Formats: sequence, C-alpha cells, structure tokens
Amino acid sequence: MPADINRTILAVWRNEQPRLITSLSRMLRDVPLAEDLTQEALVAALEHWPATGVPEKPGAWLMATAKRRALDHLRRGKMLAHKHGMVARDLEQEQQAMPDLDAALDDDIGDELLRLIFTACHPLLSQEARAALALRMICGLTTEEIARAFLVPEATVAQRIVRAKRTLSESGLAYETPRGDALSERLASVLEVVYLIFNEGYTAARGEHWLRPQLCHDALRMGRVLTSIAPHEPEAHGLLALMELNASRIAARTDKAGDPILLMDQNRALWDRLQIRRGMLALAQAGQLGGAGGFYALQAAIIACHATASAADETDWRRISGLYAGLAKLVNSPVIELNRAVAIGMAEGPAAGLAIVERLAGEPTLKAYHLLGSVRGDLLHRLGRYREARDAFEAAAQLAGNSRERDLLQRRAAQAADAAGLSSSA
Amino acid sequence: MRFMYIVTSPQPNRGPTPALMEAMHKLADREIKAGRMLDSGGLLPVSLGAQVKIRDGKLSVVDGPFVETKELIGGYAIFELRDKEEAVASAVEFMQLHKEHMPGWEGTCEVRSFAEPGAEMACQVDAQVAS
Repeated sequence: MPADINRTILAVWRNEQPRLITSLSRMLRDVPLAEDLTQEALVAALEHWPATGVPEKPGAWLMATAKRRALDHLRRGKMLAHKHGMVARDLEQEQQAMPDLDAALDDDIGDELLRLIFTACHPLLSQEARAALALRMICGLTTEEIARAFLVPEATVAQRIVRAKRTLSESGLAYETPRGDALSERLASVLEVVYLIFNEGYTAARGEHWLRPQLCHDALRMGRVLTSIAPHEPEAHGLLALMELNASRIAARTDKAGDPILLMDQNRALWDRLQIRRGMLALAQAGQLGGAGGFYALQAAIIACHATASAADETDWRRISGLYAGLAKLVNSPVIELNRAVAIGMAEGPAAGLAIVERLAGEPTLKAYHLLGSVRGDLLHRLGRYREARDAFEAAAQLAGNSRERDLLQRRAAQAADAAGLSSSA
Repeated sequence: MRFMYIVTSPQPNRGPTPALMEAMHKLADREIKAGRMLDSGGLLPVSLGAQVKIRDGKLSVVDGPFVETKELIGGYAIFELRDKEEAVASAVEFMQLHKEHMPGWEGTCEVRSFAEPGAEMACQVDAQVAS
C-alpha cells in the first residue's frame, strides 16, 4: 500500500537524515543549503521507491542521491565550481563507487553535527526560529509536524524557517563552528532551545496529540547528541539529566481522565527506572566535570532527590532546600525563593518556611502569582492559623489562571474555614 | 516509543565473527551518539544460566544446560524511536550487518514495543534474515 511505503521511506530517511545533512554541509560549506538538498533526496526516494521497493542499502542510495544533487549545485555556480574545484574532483572520484555501509559507519559526524546544531540554534535567530530549525535539521520533523507540535499554522512555521535560513546565509553564518570559550558561550543558546522544546512537550499535560509528548523525546535526543559531541561541557550533561529525570515521571503525571497528579501524590512504581538511571548518570557526569553548581545541574539535582526517594515521606527536603539556595545564588528569582520556602517548610517546619514567604509578600513580580498565596495558605494551615489560611487560599483562588487550580484552592479554603470553625467552637 | 530488540538464533555455538563485532560496535556507537540507543547487552550461553520455573504449582530451580530450547537469545538492545517503521528500518540495518559479515548465519531480530502510555498496542514484528 502506498501509504505504508511512504511511512517506511520517511522512517528510513529520518534515520539517515543527520548523516546526509552533515556530509552535504561539509561539501557545500552551507548548512541551510545542505538541508534543502537532503529534502530533495527524500522527494526522490518518495518518487522512486514505491515502484522499485526500498533498496537493500537505503542509506547508501540516499547518500548517493544527495551527493549528486550537491555536485550539480556546485557545478551550476561557476564561482563556486572554481573555488571548490578540488573538492568537486575529490567527490567525483568518491562518487565512482557507491558508498558502502561500513564507510558510512566510519564517517565520524561528530564535528559536523556540532556545527549543525550550533548553526540551527544561532543566538541571532529568534527562539521560535531556533526551535523550528533544530527540530527540522536534527530530528527530521516536517514543517507540518512542527506546526502541529507547537499549535501554530503551518505557513507560520514555513515562513520562520525560510526567514531564519536567509538570515543565516546573509550574515555569512551558514557554516561556522565555535571552539573553546566561544563554544561554552554559544552552548547556552543551544541548551536554552533544547529545554524550550522539552518544556513545550512536557507542560502540555494533556496529550491531545502524540506530537506534543514527542517533543520531549526529540529534545531528549538532542540532549543526548549534545553530550556525545560536546562531552566536556558539564551543563550539556546537566540539562540532559534534568530532562531524563523529569521525563521519567511522564506515565505517572496524569490520571486516566488526563488530569494532572502532583509529584508528591504520584504512584512511584510508574516512574521509569531506566530513564532515572540515565538521568543520574548524566548528573554524575556533570558533577565530575566540575559542573554540579550549574543552572541545569542544580535543577536536575533537585529532581534527583525526588527520583531517588522510594516514598514521598522519604524525600530529603534539607538537601532540596540547600540546592534551591544554590540556585537562588545563580539566578535572582522570587519564584526560586518561593520554592526554597516550600522545601524549608518541609525540612524545618512550617514556621521557618513562612518566614521566607512573608519576606516575599512585597515582591512586585509575585503580586499576581497565585502560588504565593497557595504556599502561604498551606504553611499557615499547618501552623493551625486556619482563618489566615482561608484568607490566603481565597485570595490565591482569585488569581488562579485555570479552573482546575481555582477549584483546588477553593476546596482548600473551605477546609481551612471548617478547621477554623472547629477550633473556635472547641 | 521505546523498543526492545531481541536477537535469537537456532545456532547457539556460533559467536559473532570479529568483522561482525567491529561493524556492530560502530553501529552501536553511532546510535548512542545519535541519542537513539538507550541500552544494549549480549548474553552468555544459556548453559551458564539457570531457570526458575513453576510447574504443577511447584517452584523449582534448574541449572543449565537445558535440553528443549530451540531459539536462543543472544542479546538485546533498547531504542527510543518515533514509531514502528523507524524501529524496523534500524533493525533491518542491524541484520544487514549479520548478513554481510557472517555468511551462513541465521537468526531473528524481534522488534517489540514497550507497553507504555502512547504506544498503541504492543506489537510484534519479526525481521527475519536468512542467508
């Protein structure tokens, strides 16, 4: 059936695409152009294979086709042909024989892949454009798939990609690899995009469409690729650890109706042990490279405290509050401080947590943040100050953005009111 | 989706040739770097293992070697891929190496989807390569 063979062809192409694009970008010294030509190889496969069947070595077929397109392109541009005369001659010789499987395996693509990722995630591009280019060039997603995943029209994504490629070509950034200090600096921009893609998939708690959870998998893949091509960068390992550890809870995060289940209430038997193991390994690697105090590594270490606690009441809250303190030193954020208050409230008791929360009460950035009132209400409730707890929950409910959270806060306000009534009559 | 590849063969005594070992090692290295392969391992001969069985309501432990085993599991790998088509494509590539580097070998790479939310039904695909 034609639909089936098309799915097979797409699958083969996605397997091969990173190698195709890296080989071509080395030939052409232009990453966006290389991407265009790998797409042409896919189109050629979609034209030919339904009639001939999938060749025995599909990767070699695609590589030969893509390289032929690249050679044609080099010949067309007279200037380029002159400039790359040597390259073209070499390639033509190479072209005599069909590249065999072992040669394809020998091809070390690490460096080219690094260039590819850094080009796609260039800080000159907007975050949305970086995300779209990365998903397309590294994970082989089609424009339509990216559009569906980010819930935006296909035309918008297509335009973003075209504009981003033009920006890269016009600024002469179509083929460059940062090294040394520049690499660490530029890495931040890459990690940010990968984490954005992950969160885009992860925060869509309701998996209406398989593509949204798929974004988590694609981000994880990119994270794994980054740790293999930039193995000395601790934050690459830190981000991978953070993503693996968060993703380990995907099966436990929602109930049958798709409603979210809070971390402390999740069935830990549903957590993915293999993924936790991989996350812990990546976190250890970040630490060995001296990066235990990095932005992503610290967040991963916090999640690791949960991942390694076999029951909710075995959570090491003292360690978590220490890690939040470390994070607060890196990033001055009241939200992090609020999280630290929760951890301190668990480790040292509600009074200690409340002391931090009261200090945050004047923060202008938290004025409209319902979780401030929610945390405060919880700490007050545990202290037996039920009336104040009820007021805090009610105020928080007013600020809550979605109905599910509002219902929860109103329920907690009612509980506090009941408790207040009981204590006053007793 | 996560998949387990289980390689079985009726020819237990034929270990992989050095050429096959090398080719598989390169493929595994590439797949790990590409973020697709999560785990893998080869298994020692079944004669060195044991079986813990329940039969007629009785539990027993039997040390190897065993008589009745027909297809022996030689190794496994765990991949994280988008769909069954990707899994089959990469299993075909893996078995292609066996065909090239170990003529005469026969075996099966069974591609099994993990039972997890999102994976439609557990599906079984055999990519049998015989030469």
